[in-house]
Amino acid sequence: MTATQNSIAAAIAVNRFGLGARPGELAAAEKNPSGWLRRQLEGAPPVLRSEGLEASAETLGKVLALRKDLATARREKKQGGEDGAKVAAALKLPAIERPVYIEEAHARFAHAVGTDRPFLERLTQFWTNHFAVSIDKVVVLGVAGAMEREAIRPHVTGRFVDLLMAVEKHPAMILYLDNQASVGPNSRAAGFLARRGSAPGAGRKVGINENLAREILELHTLGVDGGYTQADVTTFALAISGWSIGGEGPNRGLRRLGGGKGRPGEFFYRDALHEPGTKELLDERYADGGVKQGERILADLAMRRATARHVCSKLARHFIADAPPQGVVERMTQAWLGNRGNLVNVYEALLASPEAWGEPLAKFKTPADYIYSAYRGLALPVGDKRRSLQAFEALGQRNLMPGSPAGWPDTSADWDGSSALLKRIAWSDALSQRLGDSRNARELAPQLLGATLSDATAHAVARAQSGAQALTLLLSSPEFMRR
Amino acid sequence: MRDLLSRRRFLEASLFTGATSLAGARLAFAAAPTESRFVFVLLRGALDGLSAVPPVGDPRYASLRGQIALAKSGADAALPLDSTFALHPSLGFLHQSYAAKELAVLHAVASPYRERSHFDGQNVLEGGGVHPHELQSGWLNRALAALPKAGAAESGVALGANVPLAMRGPVEVASWSPTKISTLDEDTLARITDLYARDPLLSRRLADALESDAIANEAQAAANADGDMKPGNVVERDAGQRRGLNANFTATARAAAGFLKRDDGPRVAMFDTSGWDTHANEGGAQGQLALRLRALDASLAAFKVALGDTWRHTVVMIATEFGRTAAINGTRGTDHGTGAAAFLLGGAVRGGRVVADWPGLSGLHENRDLRPTRDLRAVLKGVLRDHLGVASAALDRDVFPASAAVAPLADLVRPA
Repeated sequence: MTATQNSIAAAIAVNRFGLGARPGELAAAEKNPSGWLRRQLEGAPPVLRSEGLEASAETLGKVLALRKDLATARREKKQGGEDGAKVAAALKLPAIERPVYIEEAHARFAHAVGTDRPFLERLTQFWTNHFAVSIDKVVVLGVAGAMEREAIRPHVTGRFVDLLMAVEKHPAMILYLDNQASVGPNSRAAGFLARRGSAPGAGRKVGINENLAREILELHTLGVDGGYTQADVTTFALAISGWSIGGEGPNRGLRRLGGGKGRPGEFFYRDALHEPGTKELLDERYADGGVKQGERILADLAMRRATARHVCSKLARHFIADAPPQGVVERMTQAWLGNRGNLVNVYEALLASPEAWGEPLAKFKTPADYIYSAYRGLALPVGDKRRSLQAFEALGQRNLMPGSPAGWPDTSADWDGSSALLKRIAWSDALSQRLGDSRNARELAPQLLGATLSDATAHAVARAQSGAQALTLLLSSPEFMRR
Repeated sequence: MRDLLSRRRFLEASLFTGATSLAGARLAFAAAPTESRFVFVLLRGALDGLSAVPPVGDPRYASLRGQIALAKSGADAALPLDSTFALHPSLGFLHQSYAAKELAVLHAVASPYRERSHFDGQNVLEGGGVHPHELQSGWLNRALAALPKAGAAESGVALGANVPLAMRGPVEVASWSPTKISTLDEDTLARITDLYARDPLLSRRLADALESDAIANEAQAAANADGDMKPGNVVERDAGQRRGLNANFTATARAAAGFLKRDDGPRVAMFDTSGWDTHANEGGAQGQLALRLRALDASLAAFKVALGDTWRHTVVMIATEFGRTAAINGTRGTDHGTGAAAFLLGGAVRGGRVVADWPGLSGLHENRDLRPTRDLRAVLKGVLRDHLGVASAALDRDVFPASAAVAPLADLVRPA
């Protein structure tokens, strides 16, 4: 490679595959841009540590206890008793979960800004978005961040099947997609409820909820064109009926049938809710084996060609271009199928593709990308917990709140609206006013943008009438809006 | 390019005079081609049409719906429309509008999409084709392109930070959502405008953003002067108004009104809301869905107030990607279905009727969903033709490609 090619490749490595250049990072990457990225995949993924972080089981344990209090209080109220205090206490659910969420969002923000393995962090966030849960559903508010730490981070450089299994069994996913109370129509629980005379819960219609099964097939594995039918969705939902959360559960009779309570807030397989029998799915037969039936289906899904292609296509879109080059997608798919779904082989295939290094600035930054790159470039401290999260809200991408299981969209047209652009400019200007002359935009410009810095931007920054204005111009420049 | 230059000149001019503040900027939209206003509201996540518009007169309704069925009479009863249909009790304003013949209710409608993915369903509904991901632009944008005297580049606005697919395409569409630009001065903006000169996308976007912001500020000032933002207004008194959900919907609807009521403003607006995916604990007369419907109802009421006289030229279409299962599921919610409900609301609507070729709940699509009996494109084509004056040939060919077999539904709107 020539010197120019190398400096373009460094800008691509640091700004597109990474999270935006920190001063000095481009120079470090320039000797061997692709090697700089590969090295980040070596060694165990980092573990986020911060005093306020807690295990999802701990948070959910508190949430479940509170919900039980609420149910009791409501029942007592109905029966004539009045305990307003109990109800009021129980309604404080978000009060338990919100501080945990803020800790999680802050920890992940601080890590993205401070990490020297930004490629690994971008991959982590890619997977979190691939397996999206959204905190607008209150029950996952306190555990969405924990899901990333517990189910995603440990498997980012492992095999897809392990990642998939960890995510689909994580309580945040089970709750987000409503599987905890999905009941097979021929399960022991359904029979029990049908037999119960006038006791509570009797005559209540129970059945499966197909939400999780559908989204696993459509979003997490095969993809919407992956060749499954409505019958496959229903069958898969039956196979994973009983995949639930430990804790008190629906009622005492069911607990006896279901093998106890399980540990509150952890994944718990409730056999009494499980639909018995062999299941046929995508031309395969799966003998009944309790929780193993669903696990076997997931393991097969992980190695289907449609799954590999769907996920590789998303990876290529994220890292190369809105319309991913099909040659790269095919090479990544082959790497997946030839290496038992080992993700590092897939990432290597991506990095080995010339298309990945072809066109700098092909991707429009998401608001989160934009914020990370500004914080990294300006070496800003993440600071006060609540305030540091306001940027994401102001720019339209709240932490862990994509709003749907499909996750945040990933093309320019999804993010380049006129109002979105003005918000970025206004935010960067407010930031620049605050920083004043403490940063030298003229020196920073080549350090952040390297070979992608245009003459127009360099010129505008140099001619600005104040240090703050120079910084606004740098952060608003066309090349800083993209990666 | 001409428009762009004139905006640039404005910025430069204001630099020299220093007299015009950004908030007071007056930037004319291109001459609008029509008096009629059209708003498309997309409810993402699949609204449960059988709860929003319960067919309480259908013999199978109550048993299919179990715990979440709405009652025909008594406390919390559904609001009656005719012998078969009613409205959810949270939809009080829509019910009044029905009585005032300003609401037409559509039922058992669907886009051509027959699978059950939200994202593909929305893609088909917004794209206006038959298959997911077949089109890269949206029907509403292509309709703007086909308006008589096309060339009014600013005739559409999307309420939100970004432009949804339905409004993406060859016609430049601005997006607007509240942005605090207090620290930005004209000099910095002018320099950024220069910096974007060689970047067609960003320079277009920035110019649009500044125009929209100026208009929104003006609308806000006018609304404050008119007093329709004052407390004591009927809508403001709604108890649920303090909830964040309501406030958001309502602020968006008011902003849309601010754009549409201007003589020189855009004629078409779109906004979307999510959270309609009620798989578990959907609730009946009270509960999750009820809260959301109440918020929607309140925002539409606020929209009417904010529009003032322009209401009589307005049609609001409210639609969703597909319906939900006819039967309640195991977790007191409903799963993804097919046939859906939709609404046409506004002073220009020929309302006071339910427009449905009701298939009944006994012969369900794939044994689970309300069977769709009308293509949503027929409804949209009818409104676009009769309200906005889009030519039939353009509707058949460009707006909804290869849709000649889907005839526009006539008589949905009052003659202008």
